[in-house]
Amino acid sequence: MTTTESLEVGTELPPLRIRPITRTTLALFAGASGDHNPMHIDIDVAKSAGLDDVFAHGMLSMAYLGRILTDNFDPASIRSYRVRFASITPVLGKPTATGKVTSIEDGLATLELTVTLADGTVTLTGDAVIAV
Amino acid sequence: MPLDQSVIGKELPPSTLTVDAGRLRFFAKAIGETNPIFTDIDAAKSAGHANLPVPPTFLFGIELESPDAFEWLAGLGVDLRRVLHGEQSFTYHSTAVAGDVLTSTPTIGNVYSKKDGALEFIEKTSAVTRANGDLVAELKSVIVVRNPGAGK
Repeated sequence: MTTTESLEVGTELPPLRIRPITRTTLALFAGASGDHNPMHIDIDVAKSAGLDDVFAHGMLSMAYLGRILTDNFDPASIRSYRVRFASITPVLGKPTATGKVTSIEDGLATLELTVTLADGTVTLTGDAVIAV
Repeated sequence: MPLDQSVIGKELPPSTLTVDAGRLRFFAKAIGETNPIFTDIDAAKSAGHANLPVPPTFLFGIELESPDAFEWLAGLGVDLRRVLHGEQSFTYHSTAVAGDVLTSTPTIGNVYSKKDGALEFIEKTSAVTRANGDLVAELKSVIVVRNPGAGK
């Protein structure tokens, strides 16, 4: 766990590299998260909408990005966490979550957060505010 | 087909979820979580939590518990296959843990379109409270509906 005393503007959290997202992961995440939208787990439905394949839940990537927060900070210290979903993540996409401190003011650190695929596609951008 | 603006401000039915340790372990497995505070009650207690804490995004699933979780979108005339998640935010007020009974109450926010209706946006805000009424978190979702035929 990062000691919050060592945090300063520009501090980068250790990147979290995720293994390629399999269909099994999507099925498990559908069940565990409650999001049973068939566009993430049923290729027939995806094809009926004109897509070649299912794609990963955006909230799965947001959960991965959340892991770098809770790997480094007490979950109770997270004040806010938000993202914009910039691109969809295909099956076997390989996300890497990164975070960087952009400000520390009045006991609150703001982190800039990103998820990027192996080919450089940015899938999520966001920020979190942590009490430090 | 433009979305009906009259739904702005409409409160949707609340959903309730009893946060169960087994479900939290399943969620941890699904997202590859290895931090033991999310799966091992002793580790959670050593870290100062009353029970397993919920991961930051878990609360999003409360409203998905109802058997017809996407009914509200169908009610707006939205085809779920054309929906993308545009934005999501969480503002936390207290940490939920296993054993909590949480209720999420959603309200439809702004509804607007871009690109001559090719993209429509639906905002939804939700307040998550404990059974005793304490506010746990506020969520905001922006849902994007793709209408490939519009604006052409």
